[in-house]
Amino acid sequence: MISVKNVSKSFGKKIVLDGLDLEVPRGETVVIMGRSGTGKSVLLKLIAGLIPVDSGEIWFDDTEISKLKTKQMNVLRQKIGMLFQSAALFDSMTVAENVAFMLNQHTNYTKQQMLKIVDEKLELVDLEGVQSLRPAELSGGMRKRVGLARALAFDPDVILYDEPTTGLDPVTCTEINQLISDLHERLQVTSIVVTHDMHSAFSVGTLMVMLHEGRQIAHGTPDEIINIDDPILQQFVLFGAPDQILKMENPILKTYIGR
Amino acid sequence: MNRQSETHESNDGFRSSPILSRTKVRLHNVLSETGQAFTLFFQTLVQIFRPPLQFDLLIKQLLLIGVNSLAVVIVSGFFTGMVLGVQGYIQLKPYAVEGSVARFVCVSIVKELGPMITAFVLAGRIGASITAELSTMKVTEQIDALEVMGTNPVKYLVVPRFLACTIMLPTLTIFSTFAGIGGGFTAVVTLFDVNGSFFLLEAQKNLYVGSVLISLIKATSFGMAIAAVGCYKGFSISTAGGAEGVGTATTGSAVISLITILILDFVLNHILFNILGLV
Repeated sequence: MISVKNVSKSFGKKIVLDGLDLEVPRGETVVIMGRSGTGKSVLLKLIAGLIPVDSGEIWFDDTEISKLKTKQMNVLRQKIGMLFQSAALFDSMTVAENVAFMLNQHTNYTKQQMLKIVDEKLELVDLEGVQSLRPAELSGGMRKRVGLARALAFDPDVILYDEPTTGLDPVTCTEINQLISDLHERLQVTSIVVTHDMHSAFSVGTLMVMLHEGRQIAHGTPDEIINIDDPILQQFVLFGAPDQILKMENPILKTYIGR
Repeated sequence: MNRQSETHESNDGFRSSPILSRTKVRLHNVLSETGQAFTLFFQTLVQIFRPPLQFDLLIKQLLLIGVNSLAVVIVSGFFTGMVLGVQGYIQLKPYAVEGSVARFVCVSIVKELGPMITAFVLAGRIGASITAELSTMKVTEQIDALEVMGTNPVKYLVVPRFLACTIMLPTLTIFSTFAGIGGGFTAVVTLFDVNGSFFLLEAQKNLYVGSVLISLIKATSFGMAIAAVGCYKGFSISTAGGAEGVGTATTGSAVISLITILILDFVLNHILFNILGLV
């Protein structure tokens, strides 16, 4: 569904992505892992068309994103929902106005129709009765849920999650992970989750990709990932993997735990 | 430190002093920022004529910029007029032409100080507030969120603010001009025993259509400049700028707006008086 082909991106002299290749099949939840500064969030921004690629191609089905003009990109963006690291809710609007923003901008729905959709989407993320609140009145977890409801408002084909659990307490993290998994099962939506939280990665991912120094160094299902003998990958996994992964009878994991 | 270490070898092989290198970098930055500001300005002009225009956003900005600034603009204009009346009378009296104080106040306020004072007040109050709001939206990724949702940030955020400033600055200038003339009138009539009817008659005689036109052209240009600078400074901050970046951008916006207004005033004076011959 989304193909990243030989994409490079630099900021000044700093090379962030260096000939990255990545495939995101339809209906999968692809977790992109990597240390801070390896270009995970930059990759999401490239896919969302927020920043241009220096070289390479990004395909969304049969459309190459990197060659689209602003107007065409805005049409394509209606198929993409994005949950930002900080939720990026509009401070000056209520929760309902935030969730209805795209509907208000791109459809001729009546206010009643929009409110109905807002209620449905908030129910999907287990939030009710918050429609009239302002973002400043919400907790971190609630803000992420509202951000997710806003991303879902236009029934996107793809949802991009930028560090969905960063800055949340462990209980809320687990709730958000569960919510992402539930949404994947219920809506069969394609998701790309950028995270360095291994609990989150193994909870939500159906496919995992490890980035290092702007390149992909490993990819596969969670089971395949823990069987790849790569010191950079395994150190990353072991530093934050959930107990059920660490306790698995796996010779490669044991090798690295032994270190 | 020896002389050798104080010099840098430039790309073309010539040695240049650190001061020269820094000046080059600063000049490059200034030119680059000016270019980006003009790009945003032209993008805004294009988006104004691209339907649909969101009237609800425009009305909100008109209220914020216009109605909420009215009191401060009137008070500023009134006291500027009073100061002008007092100074004018004191300076003209030794030459026995204190009767011209009404003309002095009226012409100064209408052609120069009315639009200038209004622009200064709005640059501090509105220009800085636009920058603070937009730069906060930038660092909290709200502008990215707008783009991801298929909404053009220039159309949604800049156009209403730009139009509101362009419409409200001349409107507020009319109020500040009347307040200024009222202030001058109050000062000279109450403090110097000048005849009120004479003052008003003289003021009316010296108020030409051309003068009012000059005032409104200046005010409209200042309004565009304040909005353009405010929006550019808000948009130009990097996402990693944080609270410090917002503060720096806001201060920079107020300073650049004030300087732009002064430069624009000189250029407009030259064009309107010397080239077009307006009075």
